[in-house]
Amino acid sequence: MIDALGAPQSLLVLGGTSEIALAVAERLVRDRVRRVGLVGRDSVGVSQAAVRLRAAGATEVLERTFDAAAAGEHEKLVEDLFGAGDWDVVLLAFGVLPDQAAAEDDVDLAVAVAEVNYVGVVSLGLRTAQRLRAQGHGVLVLLSSVAAERPRRSNFVYGSAKAGADALATGLGDALRGSGARVLVVRPGFVRTRMTHGLPEAPLATTPEAVAEAVADGIAKGRSTVWVPGTMRWVMSGLRHLPRPMFRRLDL
Amino acid sequence: MPDPAPALLTGWGRTAPTLATVVRPTSVAAAVAAVASAGGRGSLARGLGRSYGDAAQNAGGQVLDLTLLDRVLELDDANGTVTAEAGLSLDALLRYLLPRGWFVPVTPGTRYVTLGGALAVDVHGKNHHRDGSIASHVTSFDLLLADGSVRPVTPQDDPDLFWATAGGMGLTGIVVSLTLRLVPVTSAWMLVDTVRAPDLDALLAGLTEGDQLSRYSVAWIDCLAGGRHQGRGVITRGDHAPADAVPGSGDPLAYRPHPRLTVPPHLPGGLLNPLSVRAFNEAWYRKAPRHRVAEPQRLSTFFHPLDGVQQWNRAYGPRGFLQYQLVVPTDRDDALRAALELLRRSGAPSFLAVLKRFGPADPGPLSFPRPGWTLALDVTASAGDLADLLDRLDRLVVDAGGAVYLAKDSRLRPELLPRMYPDLDAFRTVRQRVDPTGRFTSDLARRLDL
Repeated sequence: MIDALGAPQSLLVLGGTSEIALAVAERLVRDRVRRVGLVGRDSVGVSQAAVRLRAAGATEVLERTFDAAAAGEHEKLVEDLFGAGDWDVVLLAFGVLPDQAAAEDDVDLAVAVAEVNYVGVVSLGLRTAQRLRAQGHGVLVLLSSVAAERPRRSNFVYGSAKAGADALATGLGDALRGSGARVLVVRPGFVRTRMTHGLPEAPLATTPEAVAEAVADGIAKGRSTVWVPGTMRWVMSGLRHLPRPMFRRLDL
Repeated sequence: MPDPAPALLTGWGRTAPTLATVVRPTSVAAAVAAVASAGGRGSLARGLGRSYGDAAQNAGGQVLDLTLLDRVLELDDANGTVTAEAGLSLDALLRYLLPRGWFVPVTPGTRYVTLGGALAVDVHGKNHHRDGSIASHVTSFDLLLADGSVRPVTPQDDPDLFWATAGGMGLTGIVVSLTLRLVPVTSAWMLVDTVRAPDLDALLAGLTEGDQLSRYSVAWIDCLAGGRHQGRGVITRGDHAPADAVPGSGDPLAYRPHPRLTVPPHLPGGLLNPLSVRAFNEAWYRKAPRHRVAEPQRLSTFFHPLDGVQQWNRAYGPRGFLQYQLVVPTDRDDALRAALELLRRSGAPSFLAVLKRFGPADPGPLSFPRPGWTLALDVTASAGDLADLLDRLDRLVVDAGGAVYLAKDSRLRPELLPRMYPDLDAFRTVRQRVDPTGRFTSDLARRLDL
């Protein structure tokens, strides 16, 4: 259960081997979380992550593999995961970051990005939300991105899928009001991870640990949206209203 | 019977809401039918929702609001007992009993609790040092069990089930009615002594001494005062007033308590902050007489001062608040002192802090009162590093051989529970016997892995 001060006791991570997901899990395990479900692409990565979380204090780690794009298999997966018990927090942390130019050339690649980053969230977000509704409590956390706020020339394939996922989660949050379950949308800026290694760093770059702290704080305070860093909210609210010819010329 | 309806429920602290299907049975038969129809997430009885945390919540499951099972079934004047349905409030019971010359054996700080709820948390009052907690005065109850049967339970016939239910947080079944031993009184008034204590030593000494003199005693304590004022407070102690000591010429047994004020909804947070609470504490301490003897007070003023303000829990703002109540053994006043020091240094403003000396424990494995000092306080849920402060208090309490009160808990770590309640396994054994499939459960049971 999530206690009176907003600390959860169990955490299910879909996309559980990503650096941000692991940072969030470690942060919550340092507090009250003892039961963790880790679902990732490959079993080796999942086991390695499980070892880390057990060392951090998790007493029970459930390990599963999945393909975020294989929506046909998701119902069985979610049934299995929730059959093991309630989850206080479900973190949707899976996603791919393609090279923009490659995705423009190879349309199949762009479609695959949409299938993981958007369709995967539709499938797993809605399915896990049904379970949270049935258990009468819980928080669904979506790792979105500032790219969802206003897709840019340099990342619109990724950004458009994130925008779809972000819109779905935001609407789902409204739909869940009064159900005991809720949604937290997390919009980090540029996060220094393996996924972004070698990419030019954007202003207000942040770390997985900072994202983890923001997620823990957002859950505790019952927020529906958090930006990381917090100042990103005001930057993006400015950029959002910038006339398009100017926005296009910005080197972002 | 009103239709079952989904509702977001919280405890009195207004934290951590969860959704349940609320059913309000108007008869025992309807309660039996409701429990039989509960789905996989189980069922739980709820009374007036005065437990502060998640004790009366059952996320995704069924909650039986018992407040329509509120009839007095029998008053036995010869034996001094009353039998009533479990959803009856102490408020209603007192209105019935006092004109007839009877009082309840134990009352907590509010009369807006049901009899069933009072037994489920084994409530204590200002007379614990003399009379114990409420379960010691319950001679029998009817328990609706997981298998759908309703069985009378007494401490003689099935002591394990009786004592697991006393303080058992509603997890052994649903108490539908109970029989309570009463106290005869000749007035609805108290004679009250008030003593101001300038520091903790004086406060502890005053409570110890006062417990020999008076049936009821309690102290308000100023948690923000430091230095030589640390632990200063005001002791009030009293006894039932004889009819001839009642002021005025009216009926001495007349009892007409009325809430006078209601806190408006949607107050902003932050009204109760270190500054306002410090100012309140100073004024409260200064306004108390140094020493006053045998002042007549109405029962409601003495026992239920907060009931004069309806919905006082709203004063803490939208984030809600937490209660924390600890007990440490009588000879561990050092731990009490350390707890007060932690509280003072944290600056967490506690508006209503209360200190009392408990008498002997009853046999309930989850019953909270045990010989020692008990300190109860409440703090706004948004106050600074509250999680860390309360975790440190927990460790201090556990290391001193003490416990925290589950009726008020909303954030304890489950791993500490067996150390605070060493007979936890005895409770689990009974629960396994009477409810092997876990039909009765709650958010608190899930959180603490009961």
